[in-house]
Amino acid sequence: MKHTIAALVNNRPGVLAKVAGLFSRRGYNIDSLAVGATIDANYDDPTGEKYSRMTIVVDDEGDPQIMDQIEHQLMKLVDVVALSDHTKTDIVPRELALVKINAKPEQRPEIVALAQVFRAQVDNVGDETMIVQITGTRDKVDGLVNLLRPYGIRELMRTGRVVLARGLRAT
Amino acid sequence: MPKLSGSQALLKVLTEHGVEVIFGIPGGALIPVYDALYDEPDLRHILMRHEQAAAIAAEGYARRSGKVGVCFATSGPGATNLVTGLADAMMDSIPIVAITGQVKTLAIGRDAFQEADVTGITNPITKNNRLIKRPEDLLATVREAFYVASTGRPGPCLVDLPMDISLAEVEWNDAPTNGVFDLEGYNPPREGDPQAIEAAAKLIAESAKPLLYVGGGVVSADARDEIRELARKTNVYVVNTLLGKGAYPETDNQSLGMPGMHGTAYASYAINHCDLIIAVGARFDDRVTGDLNTFAPGAKVIHIDVDPAEIGKNRDADVGILGDAKLVLPALAEAVDERKRGAWEDHLDEFRSEHQLFIPEGEGVYPQYVLNEIFNATNGEAIVATEVGQHQMWAAQFYRCAEPRQFLSSGGLGAMGFGFPAAIGAQVASPDMPVFNIAGDGSIQMNIQELATCIHEKLPIKVAILNNSCLGMVRQWQQLLFDRRYSGVDLAGNPPFADICNAYGGAGRTITKREEVRDAIEWSLGINDRPVFMDFRIEPEECVFPMIPAGKSFRDLWENLDDATGGGEK
Repeated sequence: MKHTIAALVNNRPGVLAKVAGLFSRRGYNIDSLAVGATIDANYDDPTGEKYSRMTIVVDDEGDPQIMDQIEHQLMKLVDVVALSDHTKTDIVPRELALVKINAKPEQRPEIVALAQVFRAQVDNVGDETMIVQITGTRDKVDGLVNLLRPYGIRELMRTGRVVLARGLRAT
Repeated sequence: MPKLSGSQALLKVLTEHGVEVIFGIPGGALIPVYDALYDEPDLRHILMRHEQAAAIAAEGYARRSGKVGVCFATSGPGATNLVTGLADAMMDSIPIVAITGQVKTLAIGRDAFQEADVTGITNPITKNNRLIKRPEDLLATVREAFYVASTGRPGPCLVDLPMDISLAEVEWNDAPTNGVFDLEGYNPPREGDPQAIEAAAKLIAESAKPLLYVGGGVVSADARDEIRELARKTNVYVVNTLLGKGAYPETDNQSLGMPGMHGTAYASYAINHCDLIIAVGARFDDRVTGDLNTFAPGAKVIHIDVDPAEIGKNRDADVGILGDAKLVLPALAEAVDERKRGAWEDHLDEFRSEHQLFIPEGEGVYPQYVLNEIFNATNGEAIVATEVGQHQMWAAQFYRCAEPRQFLSSGGLGAMGFGFPAAIGAQVASPDMPVFNIAGDGSIQMNIQELATCIHEKLPIKVAILNNSCLGMVRQWQQLLFDRRYSGVDLAGNPPFADICNAYGGAGRTITKREEVRDAIEWSLGINDRPVFMDFRIEPEECVFPMIPAGKSFRDLWENLDDATGGGEK
């Protein structure tokens, strides 16, 4: 089963390496990891530069107990400030993908139409290619990517999942 | 605010933390720091002969004194040589702070001379590490290292100090006086949850066959008195891990010593037949448990630990108590009812009397006999460091410790070469105590260069080399488990160790007969100004028993060679 962990970490050099290294040396499987500078009103941070937020998707490989270990081991890192498992909480989960596909001029209209169904947008049109940007849940992203496959995907870039908790609840 | 150089500021923070001694070796990137050290006569610097020994000596100092040990190494190879000591401190939860020189900030990443990515290399083997990139971060970074190293579950911290930072101007400010570092996300637990403590007390009251399982965490927590009080009030028998030696006196009748792969048969028996394990600062290491699926099958578990990741990691806990043993143990002792010893304890006494460790008779020099004589000659009061191998296990079995911080051994990492530098650190921490290093002929050669440090510093460390001309523990496994296919274990080419020590200016003696053993030990105890090598030419075929082969369980315990070769079933 896949678990989604959100971690508030100090925004300082080396933190990503510490987190990623912990996963590899303890044999935990990272599905995706997204990180960026953040703002969190629960923490005192006047400059807005103090923290980063990570969303980590982990596969427990059928051993749900491993999640306890992962959380405890992560919290032991001095730079991890807060941590929560959002697998069962009410969250807004999103992924973004950029898909560069083969697109001859005559194919453009149907690709644009397809994108519209997914509320995706076309970010670039080249002589023989288009770049489609899709945002949404993993299923939605997978859905569009699969529909774009027949055109020939030249390149694909996905962000991995990012999440925020809904309402007043902290992520 | 006074201005200092980065190097001066670093040393001032060390002084602020009560550091009295530094184990280190200088090098290009650290010359500014050593230049500042020239003006600090109160900071004793011990020049080691290898950085690995510097890290381990800092550990030995910390293990013995309970204070944070400090080591210095220069950039590149100096820092990479620290790795084994850092990994060892990480595995055994020993508080040390390593300061490494680094190339100038502008040169970082350019493969400069003596550059290595030290924070990258040491990420998995430090509790925390930092590369200082700005002079204004220096004070907080070094203070944080001391705070993190010494609080919660202790461990090694490393500060990587580029040469230009050590030369830059730093504005001094005094540390916050309350001693508490404001570090979000780092909150070492203290008091245990009262409900969990009540639940634990209830389990103890319901148990017919309880057992205390005491680990290095009790030593780290300085909970010597607290564990003794709990044991006294409940009359529960005690087993201890290698790192827990002396937390509860092994010389006491209530102690069964060490369980596990080479523990006493009665300690292993007790832990596998009890109905309640009260684990305190111990982590159910595989050398204790063997096969986890068959380990202590009938036991419930109370697990007291300061590290939440340890509770339930290897063995599920019926009651987990997260907290500092120093605070949890008195609360538990308060909550628990007085308990009288009963049939279980009588049964353990009987089992113990039938399964004693034995010392072989005979003309030759038997390692068990040597350890027992060292124990007798020192009234069991010496500080004993060990290397790693057969001699380490014989030392653990026969040098029963009455006090914590008396027995220094590389438990988790199992690093050969540990004992000699650890003994140096311990001797520096306790200059008036006799310090032994129990070594093998393989291990001693992994840091034998530290003889020079002992001569230089007049450290009278007594090294007992149990010399069987081979890598004995590996040979034992090959003998018992790999059809006597002895591969890569013959140490032909060993030097006469007594001569080596003499050549450095120490004192050496070779012992080949049983009747020479005690005399040599007494002789070593009379030497107070230089290191001693006693080269005990032991019976080369001796194996360490009892033995539970790796991954097996108590049922597979071999008490002697007949069991091992006949496949005795228990």
